[in-house]
Amino acid sequence: MALDERAPDDAESVSYPGARPPDRRRTVQSHGVAIAVHEWGDEADPPLLFTHGGFDFARTFSVFAPMVAAAGWRVVAWDQRGHGDSEHTSLYSWDADVRDALAVMDTISSRPVPVVAHSKGGNLMLHLADACPHRVSHVVNIDGLPSRRPQPDVADHERTRMRAGELSSWLDHRRGLASALRRPGTIDDLARRRARMNPRLPMDWLRYLVTVGARRDEDGWRWKIDPSLRMGGFGPWRPEWAMSRLSALGMPVLGILGVQPEVMGWNTDPADVAPFMPPGGRLVTVEEAGHFVHIEAPERVAALTLEFLG
Amino acid sequence: MAPGADGEPTWLVHGKVRLALHRLTAEAGAGRADTPLLILHGLGEQSPPAVPAWAAAWPGPVHALDFTGHGGSTVPRGGGYTAEALMGDADAALAHLGPCTVLGRGLGAYVALLIAGARPHLVRGAVLADGPGLAGGGPAPGSPHVVQLAPDLPGPPDPLALAELSRDLRPPDYAVSFAWQAANLSELAVPITISVAALIRPEWLAAVAETPAVQERSLTEALAAYAED
Repeated sequence: MALDERAPDDAESVSYPGARPPDRRRTVQSHGVAIAVHEWGDEADPPLLFTHGGFDFARTFSVFAPMVAAAGWRVVAWDQRGHGDSEHTSLYSWDADVRDALAVMDTISSRPVPVVAHSKGGNLMLHLADACPHRVSHVVNIDGLPSRRPQPDVADHERTRMRAGELSSWLDHRRGLASALRRPGTIDDLARRRARMNPRLPMDWLRYLVTVGARRDEDGWRWKIDPSLRMGGFGPWRPEWAMSRLSALGMPVLGILGVQPEVMGWNTDPADVAPFMPPGGRLVTVEEAGHFVHIEAPERVAALTLEFLG
Repeated sequence: MAPGADGEPTWLVHGKVRLALHRLTAEAGAGRADTPLLILHGLGEQSPPAVPAWAAAWPGPVHALDFTGHGGSTVPRGGGYTAEALMGDADAALAHLGPCTVLGRGLGAYVALLIAGARPHLVRGAVLADGPGLAGGGPAPGSPHVVQLAPDLPGPPDPLALAELSRDLRPPDYAVSFAWQAANLSELAVPITISVAALIRPEWLAAVAETPAVQERSLTEALAAYAED
């Protein structure tokens, strides 16, 4: 694909109001995997851990994190393996992500710290907080509370064919991995492609995301994410497992749900989650926002988070 | 990348992993028209060095695959093992060999079930046999645990593979959905056979055993039946 010569295509030509690069960057080794860490705020301030969602990266917190840091927190965000600036690995699993998160936490504090997490990251932190309550003081979960997936009303033989198509397409994708590269394009091309998954987010934000989440090759920009990672997929995991983690938690829990439907989100009905909130847990719905609540309404989410953390 | 007669495996590529596929029968000895048998080892095992006695009567060539993190295959950094990733390992072998009868032991039996459902036209019968890693982590999550290991533990097998693949969850209805797919989409009347030697029946296997088009036969009976199909 030819680069668009009409529009400037360098990172310097793109900015977004309130977005700030991290104050510090470093790398943590997790069982030999290089995990990229991005920090905002004074290093001497009390730390908290930010965890992004699937197909995102730490710098998607570029507006929200500085707001929390400005209130006196050291925000420590990390890129999950295969995402952002972290190493691409042979294998991916949520259990491995949780192990990587713990490796990052080990470099911050051995005392319990608050965790703030979006989407898939919210699930990872439910698992971590349940498995290691001695490491987590507060949980802020941003639209990462999946409820039971709606089952389409289809006949069993149709379901078999749908599943078989999904499986063979997943395996076909894996057969082509050795030579897989993400499709190159201009900053605008990548932003437009991302907009299909994030139709509610402003184009200026998506353009900014390209400049921090993609790299510039000779033939154009490419998202940094490992091409072996694929949206959707299948597996034994089911949403109610996350709910059992949620109700187990003994530390303060704040759940924030964006109500507007979104392609990438869980489209959780708050009524499905409410029964699983632990005692004293708080569930807040943001009516005007979708799955990316902290990007659509950063002031609101920052205010809720800071009020909750005291 | 031709299979060598000196025991050098064929190297297959699955993403960033290099997989060792071993040919256990002599190049010229086996009838070329016959379907190959692919053996999938159990958790922590590796491919057998020669054709096992129970497979001696197989008329076609016999191959065995080392899963990721096992035997001669790559031990990746940082773990992240899933049975689904190993299903991709098995698919890499099918891509190289073409249609096969697949026999799996333990963890390999579970992977044989998955690939039989996912590639119903490439798996000409799956035999699920006893072996290490048959149960996995059970049907639903227990109390959670984060696996962290000391660096530089010896392997292969990869210590993270042993830790993670003895905990991977296998809900019965998920396992049954693969058996159903094999039943509905395979050309064989009996696409999946549970070896009756498998006396241990974790919940996923007990549920699969009740699925139509799944039969219980001895290892040798199962192989004899698929050899004729």
